[in-house]
Amino acid sequence: MDWATSLRLVAPEELLSFAGIVLLLVAAWHGDRLARGINWLAIATLAVAAIMVAPSLCCGAMGAGASAFFGQYSGDAFAGFAKLLIYAAAGASLVVAPAFFGRLRAMKAEYPILVLFAVAGMGLMVSATNLLTLYIGLELNSLAAYVLAAFLRRDGRSAEAGLKYFVLGALASGILLFGMSLTYGFTGTTSFEGIRAAMSGEMSKGALFGITFMLAGLAFKISAVPFHMWTPDVYEGAPTPVTMLFASAPKVAALALTMRVALVAFGTQVHAWQQIVIFAALASIIVGALGAIGQQNIKRLLAYSSINNVGFMLIGLAAATQQGAAAMLVYLAIYVAMTVGGFVAVLMLKDANGEPVENIADLAGLSRERKVLAACLAMVMFSLAGLPPLFGFWGKFVVFQAAVQAHLFTLAVLGVIGSVPAAFYYLKVVKIMYFDDPAGKALGKSDWMHQALLALSAAFISPLGYLLTKCLGELAGKAAAALFHVV
Amino acid sequence: MTSFPILSLMMLVPLVGALACLFSDAKMARTIALAATLVDLLLGLFLWSAYDVGGAQWQFVEKVPLFSGFSWALGIDGIALMLIELTVFLMPVCIGASWLSVEKRVGEYMAAFLMMEVLIMGVFTAQDLFLFYIFFEAGLIPMYLIIGIWGGADRIYASYKFFLYTLLGSVLMLIAMLWMANEAGTTDVPTLMAYNFPVAAQKWLWLAFFASFAVKMPMWPVHTWLPDAHVQAPTAGSVLLAGVLLKMGGYGFIRFSLPMFPEASADFAWLIFVLSMVAVVATSLIALVQNDMKKLIAYSSVAHMAIVTVGLFAFNVQGLEGSMIVMLSHGLVSGALFLSVGIIYDRLHTREIDRYGGLSINMPKYALFFLFFTMASIGLPATSGFVGEFLSLSGIYQMSSWVAFVCGTGVILGAGYMLYLYRRVAFGDQKNADAAAMPDLDLRELAMVVALALPVLWMGIYPESFLAPMRKDIAALDARLAQARPQGDARLTAGKPKPAAADHTEHAAEGAH
Repeated sequence: MDWATSLRLVAPEELLSFAGIVLLLVAAWHGDRLARGINWLAIATLAVAAIMVAPSLCCGAMGAGASAFFGQYSGDAFAGFAKLLIYAAAGASLVVAPAFFGRLRAMKAEYPILVLFAVAGMGLMVSATNLLTLYIGLELNSLAAYVLAAFLRRDGRSAEAGLKYFVLGALASGILLFGMSLTYGFTGTTSFEGIRAAMSGEMSKGALFGITFMLAGLAFKISAVPFHMWTPDVYEGAPTPVTMLFASAPKVAALALTMRVALVAFGTQVHAWQQIVIFAALASIIVGALGAIGQQNIKRLLAYSSINNVGFMLIGLAAATQQGAAAMLVYLAIYVAMTVGGFVAVLMLKDANGEPVENIADLAGLSRERKVLAACLAMVMFSLAGLPPLFGFWGKFVVFQAAVQAHLFTLAVLGVIGSVPAAFYYLKVVKIMYFDDPAGKALGKSDWMHQALLALSAAFISPLGYLLTKCLGELAGKAAAALFHVV
Repeated sequence: MTSFPILSLMMLVPLVGALACLFSDAKMARTIALAATLVDLLLGLFLWSAYDVGGAQWQFVEKVPLFSGFSWALGIDGIALMLIELTVFLMPVCIGASWLSVEKRVGEYMAAFLMMEVLIMGVFTAQDLFLFYIFFEAGLIPMYLIIGIWGGADRIYASYKFFLYTLLGSVLMLIAMLWMANEAGTTDVPTLMAYNFPVAAQKWLWLAFFASFAVKMPMWPVHTWLPDAHVQAPTAGSVLLAGVLLKMGGYGFIRFSLPMFPEASADFAWLIFVLSMVAVVATSLIALVQNDMKKLIAYSSVAHMAIVTVGLFAFNVQGLEGSMIVMLSHGLVSGALFLSVGIIYDRLHTREIDRYGGLSINMPKYALFFLFFTMASIGLPATSGFVGEFLSLSGIYQMSSWVAFVCGTGVILGAGYMLYLYRRVAFGDQKNADAAAMPDLDLRELAMVVALALPVLWMGIYPESFLAPMRKDIAALDARLAQARPQGDARLTAGKPKPAAADHTEHAAEGAH
């Protein structure tokens, strides 16, 4: 393992960090006048990074050949899959940013730069094969994310969201760090492979505590019940493009990280953590469904919806099989498309003056005023509910298939029953848009970029998406195979 | 066997029509919808004529491995063929029924109906477990919109109830299907129909499928969504619901529950019988006291569907054939009855029975056809209802005379509530001036009721046309069920005629042909 290979493997993160620093310097000299230009450059950087990552996924890189810096970092197909999703989601949140911040005269050059740093951190998270890499990636992402949440610094809700996210995120990091120190103490190593080897066979009580605390810390990051309380508040308060980012990219990163920790580092102790994951999955499904029913704000509703969807994804993790991991990745890909589509639609909901409309009641009769927008939002809702023939069904289908193949029938039955109350609040949004009399609020028009992004995600989650199942399944299979490839 | 993908084409035509309707104005949308459904009707008639009766079990097979985990596999047997004919026949009637009565958002309305046609066709033709599930579930979305947007006053509640009830029923079926695909290693329906699942597992699988089909059917006590949905839905929505959507439950039993889990079906037959007996008596009595015409017909649907379920679980040819004929007949007759209600509702905008009266005086043509459909619903000989009910009840009589007895009362009660309805609406004095001033059927309405009346008469007089395509498939199903057939209480044994008399009976039998 020479340095050149290692540096080549981490090239996407190097590019992102380097581009972030250069753009920061440009911004420092030229101020916010170039903010839009920097935004486009950041999108271009993400595109280049995606091109650099793609080969690792397509040829199914795995094992020692993909491992960099003496086993601290892995550029395998699994990381590749997650990174592509992260780049796509982050790119989408950059595309919609200028219009949103421009109206408030708050489009600053720091926004795309912070997103780039956050993305670099997320890339490290999904590639981490060592507790220290994991933590560095997580903190790099989190620090950028705290600032992003409070990006509208004169807005009380945004500042509150930033503070809340910071306090709870720091608490979660502390819990995670505590778990990591216990794990290190009882296994004597920080490398995932080493932990895996040290934990095989009989496991000590201390190591079990380590696992539990680490999973609790990670549950914060993926906003799984019972560590989900920050999600609705932060999602509501943060500027909508930032919320869109939070709901998609870091979720992918944290879930991929959780998968690697649980399936690789703790892969020999499945029974120790399976119950925890099953509980978190069912609790997330139920709380996500019931909590959403009373929501008046569409962003809060989508926050609960993301909690609910994380619950379904965790069913794939609970299976603890390669199919389960592949199913989670497929679900994540569809989830990113649904989330991006949903939030783009929310961003397009504006009144005649361009003020955002976030109140669900104000969407009344949208189907008569903005036909296409209402149809797309309805598709997103039905898709999030997992109703065929929309593509969201496929995500649920594959995780339940994995659970059934792993003989987790009770979990599958309870999970699928839990999807019914969730359907209720998605239906409510459709009902308000389609059945109620027009409220005449959301009349504002949006630019072509929003429309293109919405059309793209709508096409993906439409029944046409099923044509992608083969390709998506193959890529997710390669990624999951890389995860399960152990020495 | 033709390699031309006619089944896919029959789904493509309404799909294209639906998309076109979304972007057209009201007048254009009506024309497009009618054209698309008529083209599908023609294709359906062609399908019937090209269907080789007594040929291969699965015809017009298409199989393209488009997706991961399941494939685009279509194909029909005689049972599916008949239900497809019912669908393509009722669709133009639905469009015609909403020609004038739907005034708002016509494009979306027609698009929703055409989407329904696509999905129903998918349900009846899918030969892949998961493809079936996708079509089966997807029908909820357009139906939710049809009830919720164009329904009556209480439409929101009805649409939620319809949606959540049927969703809860179906999700368990998904888990059962996943288990089956995992166990048998295939998602191909014909293969699964011959696969012997372990008996212990069959019971769970049967219950999961039952949860879904019982709600769709609907069986007592999970039928309560139906009266609400029917009453609130627009006329064409009711025709579609009663005519075709309810048949999905029966189709599910005959395609999945019975052949895939024969032992469990035999074990749980008592459950079906008990629920059906309660349904026949209870819902008939409920229908007797309704003041709302649509609600009355909705409850009568539940009673008729109960006859279907007992027939299906009679485990013999008569029962199965009878159930199929009841389904076809009920599709036509209840569709026609809802249409009849819709015709007078369009004039007076009330479904309350007391607001009408003496319609035979000012609307004689209407009264004639309404009487005809009423009689068909009761099961008068020479109408389709008689053939179906007679076969079903004679089938169930071989299994259990008590069940046959209790279900037989349904025919009497049915006569009671239907004749009582007819008397209050069409006979008596013209007590309401506005009802007395209603004009008789116009040409459009006449065309629709005549179109519905002809096959009802045809099926009643010469049911062989409809039974012939299904005969071989029902015989195959009967053979499949033979391994699990429970002992009936009738214990029918063939008589031992004297040798001399044997010749005589043979001649008599030939004479009957």
